[in-house]
Amino acid sequence: MSSQAWDHETVRSIVAGLKAKPGALLPVLHGIQDALGFVPPGAVPIIADELNLSRAEVHGVITFYHYFRDTPPGKHTIHLCRAESCQSMNAAGLEAHAKAQLGIDFHETTTDGTISLEPVYCLGNCACSPAIMVDHDVYGRVTPERFDAIVADLRSEK
Amino acid sequence: MSTTIFVPCDSSALSLGAEAVAKAITAEAARRGVALRLVRNGSRGMFWLEPLVEVETSEGRVAYGPVLAGDVEALFEARFWEGGPHPLRLGLTAEIPFLKRQERLTFARVGITDPISLDDYRAHDGYRGLRRALELKPAEIVREVTDSGLRGRGGAAFPTGIKWNTVLNAAGEQKYIVCNADEGDSGTFSDRMIMEGDPFVLIEGMTIAGLAVGATQGYIYLRCEYPHAHRALNAAIEAAYGAGYLGADILGSGHRFDLEVRLGAGAYVCGEETSLLESLEGKRGLVRYKPPLPAIQGLFGQPTIINNVISLASVPIILDRGAAYYRDFGMGRSRGTLPIQLAGNIKQTGLIEKAFGITLRELLYDYGGGSASGRPIRAVQVGGPLGAYLPESQFDVPLDYEAYAVIWAVLGHGGVVAFDDTVDMAKMARYAMEFCAVESCGKCTPCRIGSTRGTEVIDRIIVGARRGEQVALLRDLCDTMLNSSLCALGGMTPYPVLSALNHFPEDFGVDKADAA
Ligand SMILES: Cc1cc2nc3c(=O)[nH]c(=O)nc-3n(C[C@H](O)[C@H](O)[C@H](O)COP(=O)(O)O)c2cc1C
Ligand code: SF4
Ligand code: FES
Ligand code: FES
Repeated sequence: MSSQAWDHETVRSIVAGLKAKPGALLPVLHGIQDALGFVPPGAVPIIADELNLSRAEVHGVITFYHYFRDTPPGKHTIHLCRAESCQSMNAAGLEAHAKAQLGIDFHETTTDGTISLEPVYCLGNCACSPAIMVDHDVYGRVTPERFDAIVADLRSEK
Repeated sequence: MSTTIFVPCDSSALSLGAEAVAKAITAEAARRGVALRLVRNGSRGMFWLEPLVEVETSEGRVAYGPVLAGDVEALFEARFWEGGPHPLRLGLTAEIPFLKRQERLTFARVGITDPISLDDYRAHDGYRGLRRALELKPAEIVREVTDSGLRGRGGAAFPTGIKWNTVLNAAGEQKYIVCNADEGDSGTFSDRMIMEGDPFVLIEGMTIAGLAVGATQGYIYLRCEYPHAHRALNAAIEAAYGAGYLGADILGSGHRFDLEVRLGAGAYVCGEETSLLESLEGKRGLVRYKPPLPAIQGLFGQPTIINNVISLASVPIILDRGAAYYRDFGMGRSRGTLPIQLAGNIKQTGLIEKAFGITLRELLYDYGGGSASGRPIRAVQVGGPLGAYLPESQFDVPLDYEAYAVIWAVLGHGGVVAFDDTVDMAKMARYAMEFCAVESCGKCTPCRIGSTRGTEVIDRIIVGARRGEQVALLRDLCDTMLNSSLCALGGMTPYPVLSALNHFPEDFGVDKADAA
């Protein structure tokens, strides 16, 4: 999702499809983020309305969880693991390399809109540290060279 | 006759290129006209050998690894599908010492079967536990679990049977079984391996739990960082419904059990059981005051069993083989097996399921082959981010809940993360405090404020300002966190912090004598 524009109907139909579930809010937020790449602030009143919650409650839940974002991500999102096992295999070096290579910090998107960089706390790939996740694919034993190759692939696939 | 080839679909194997290997094998087989049947199995848990390709032969399964897509042509030249010789050939998989020396009960099928094939599951003793449970009264199922000595594998090691008994005896219109699949600890991946490699065993364990306490609805709360596990669980749940293992009338018994996967959203504290329940209810993951226990008033205020993936996945074999079979493994009050996850700076990382009582030294050197970097192993964190750091002088303490408590350490979820001598333990202590500050749910002051203060204090110790005074302040803060936090996030962050300070004072610029 590269633009702020999003379709209210999409949000409405996701909420309508899931609202009958007990404790529907997280499934609803996941549904919206899966479809749009983020949870637009403008979706909050729609969700609140449909689920009979206050806007503050919905907003509070969105901000509590690291995974939900209220701005559109780049075309691809790289989650870089910062947890202990990856640290023991120099995740800090990989982090510095990634930031320098992409020219961005965590929670930012490259100027060409291709890649967003996010920190993550463990990907369950600690036997192959350091690890990153690109969209839904996990990569292990990521050297700086391997990182560059992965990024080059993402950029060339356009 | 076509040969069966196995290429794992476990996400760690995929993270090293298993998908490209599978594709290359299919393409090369077609090109050469060799008839192969490709099975995507779970991982055997020997990650330095992944992607590990296995071939079914008359002597048993033969392994090749680590295989990259570029090796595939040469493997075909070597007629690997007949077990032919090649530099990557490792011999019979079952004879690889790392695997051979294990006691795989909960992981009996992982890496062996096709994870989402119900036929394969049943052909390897699957659903025998449920069949036995259907012949027992609820209290008899609970007694079997109690007698097995199983204690929760999520971290707190609470006896599973006692928890189940409370739910059995609690009154409620709707009881729930909740599986804690948040697996937030760094250095752990056993839940993931089960869910990706043998999802039916978790489904079966939860179904048995439902029968045991009269619960008809189950939820698996899965962390969102595990998309492969999500897919495998959903596929297995669908198959189980299709064959009558889930739904309104389990195997014609008249008992109902429904099961659904729900995703978390990247909050470590949501692994804490009451925070998890809040999250399942669609709220912020604020930790609840206890009592009431979740067993009495859990999900939506109803009696709820909440157990870790490994706890629930251990139930089928206990019901199938009997409590005594399981209890015969282990030592003292730590009965059965623990799936240990060997991670970090280690040459041979992987999953080691062993009876309680093995030592770190055996794990790090006999199984792990020492550090990956070739440098000395200096510190080992056991039990995730809230676990203590152990120095070499403690490597011979047996892994046992009570023996670890004596040295002020914990087993937690069985994660072992090794660091070589380049580690800066003051940095690791700071990281632990900062992690607590970032992940705190904010409900209680010792954790919310204490961790932020603690981070500042460690910063001052590192730069060396009034060091003695600051060390005393850090100990005070840790005392408060230990004694007055509402949950173990605030309550156990002092474990990594103080163990780092006590065992590695030199990294803080402090003398051994001054550290105390
Ligand atoms: C901050 C925190 C995080 C936790 N994370 C997990 C987790 O990811 N998985 C888990 O099974 N238990 C976790 N626990 C432990 C649970 O609160 C609870 O003890 C466990 O789910 C009970 O299941 P068991 O008896 O089968 O271990 C955590 C506890 C705390 C305090
Ligand atoms: S210790 Fe921390 S995470 Fe636990 S209840 Fe208190 S503030 Fe929340
Ligand atoms: S610590 Fe990085 S994947 Fe687990
Ligand atoms: S924290 Fe869950 S994916 Fe980023």
